[in-house]
Amino acid sequence: MYTKDGESFFIVDAHVALWDARPENQRNIHGKQFIDCFYDYHANLSPESEKWSYEEYLYQGGERLMKDLFTDGYVDHAIFQPAKLGEFYHNGFGQTEEAWALTQANPGKLTYNHNFDPRFGEAGLDQLRADAERFDLKGVKLYTAEWNGDSRGWKLDDPWAYRYFELCQELGIRNIHVHKGPTIRPLDRDAFDVADVDHVATDFTDLNFVVEHAGLPRLEDFCWIATQEPNVHGGLAVAMPFIHTRPRYFAQIIGELIYWIGEDRIQFSSDYALWTPRWLIEAFVDFQIPEDMTEYAPITMDQKRKILGLNAAKMYDIPVPAELQLPNADETETGPREPERADLAAAR
Amino acid sequence: MTALAPTEHGALLALTENDVLRALDAVIDPELDEPITDLGFVRSVRFTDDGIEVHLRLPTSFCAPNFAYLMASDAKDVLTALPEAGTVVVELDDHHDSDIINRGLAADAGYRGTFRHEAESDLDELRAVFQRKAHTAAMERALTALLRARDDLGEQDVAQVVLGDLPDDEAKTALLRRRETLGLSLSGSAPVLVDDRGDPYPAASAALALRRARSTRISIDGNAHFCRGLLATRYPGAEADQAPRADENFFPTSSLLRNTRKSVA
Repeated sequence: MYTKDGESFFIVDAHVALWDARPENQRNIHGKQFIDCFYDYHANLSPESEKWSYEEYLYQGGERLMKDLFTDGYVDHAIFQPAKLGEFYHNGFGQTEEAWALTQANPGKLTYNHNFDPRFGEAGLDQLRADAERFDLKGVKLYTAEWNGDSRGWKLDDPWAYRYFELCQELGIRNIHVHKGPTIRPLDRDAFDVADVDHVATDFTDLNFVVEHAGLPRLEDFCWIATQEPNVHGGLAVAMPFIHTRPRYFAQIIGELIYWIGEDRIQFSSDYALWTPRWLIEAFVDFQIPEDMTEYAPITMDQKRKILGLNAAKMYDIPVPAELQLPNADETETGPREPERADLAAAR
Repeated sequence: MTALAPTEHGALLALTENDVLRALDAVIDPELDEPITDLGFVRSVRFTDDGIEVHLRLPTSFCAPNFAYLMASDAKDVLTALPEAGTVVVELDDHHDSDIINRGLAADAGYRGTFRHEAESDLDELRAVFQRKAHTAAMERALTALLRARDDLGEQDVAQVVLGDLPDDEAKTALLRRRETLGLSLSGSAPVLVDDRGDPYPAASAALALRRARSTRISIDGNAHFCRGLLATRYPGAEADQAPRADENFFPTSSLLRNTRKSVA
């Protein structure tokens, strides 16, 4: 819970990781390249006071995570969204056992989402069944740029991916977090293209698709799809720290998202350990759309409450104190919210 | 352009580093719609015994390999076209696909020869997608600037604005260049707010079209912020090689917002 000037905010950090990128876990040069890339994001977009050393960044461990999120970071509930990156790290990037043990040791504070890779075929389906039972999965994190043997990516609308989504329906895994990363076959096309989100969201209307970093670097395509598919949501991972380095640009991202998809489908996250939540939450509560940007309405405290926690809490059935709950807003002018109206916007 | 001609002492006419960089100005990052020289992506230019060796660098190891290849192969093409260039070597440094791309460039293997099983046909459509986005963003910048400058223009008039109405400034020059790339009319009587084929929007949907164009422009601007910042973090000092990006347009459009809502409802 974060409270400032008498205003209280229930905080859900919807995208966190417990990773191990230390040299002994790196399988090859790509393991180093990957964490170096993350560290550059961290170093470039963090305030000086929040910057970690490279060594700290390689691995945090559970104790540090609990301190950064819950002791220092105002977070009420956090959701693990682990990337496997099995081709880059011996024991994977996201640390399954450690994160799951931490989840069990802190009941009510953490949700563990796992991942799947449709390129594992039938064996992967069996694994997903086992994982769903073991972790009581409510969601999965999918990284479409994951390397796997000769393949360096997959699409959500691949036939095998559909088998996995059908199994998700059967197992009650409702929340599909999608991280669009670069590199996809064939290389002829835009690696960040979000058109596959459109297809699966249409075909699996009872699943939620949370597109991380709001489709960036394809914000406009994401917004347009989300206006037409009421089960598509935007995660603010990676977009949040712009609030410090480029506040006017951050205002435009938030302004566009609220305009196109509305205040009920945007989820805050720190993307821990890319960044820590404390400074992001403080900055977001203080944030306002600059007055000269009159194309966007000012952002309200209730909109901030929804983005900082209530939207993700609703998706994950996380209990919220009664006095902090809020009703949904009206439908946006640009598109449908009710599932039965999916795909009507384009036809109008 | 000077033809290849031995001087009295037998050597080739000397190219300067500046000549090389000006040639590389023509190489555009398709996603950011900016020259690689302005972005600081040219790491080094070196003259060898028989030609030129240029190294390129990108903001991360995991920048999309198709764009990385496009820029590197375009760089090799523009340098090879210099009559005095001699043997041209272009290498991409520190990328997860550096080996594959540099091998392909050295062998002039082309896109399919470079990426083999990962390539299906060519990168023409990819390039075209981003040429269309670049046009959309340039259109939004020009119209936004015009609407800010002209109190008498309301959003319902946006559909009627023609190229001749735009002031002769950088925004217009940029727009005309991108229209030319798409093969759209450059006539002063041609409408500004058009789709990728050059078809105008009816007045009733003009505001929404502009609003969508704005989200495209914001997306491209955001990528540019990320990429410039990350490059400077990855290669300290690289910021000195980066030309400042033009100021963003901010457009007080309360009336536009109201009308947009009406037209979509």
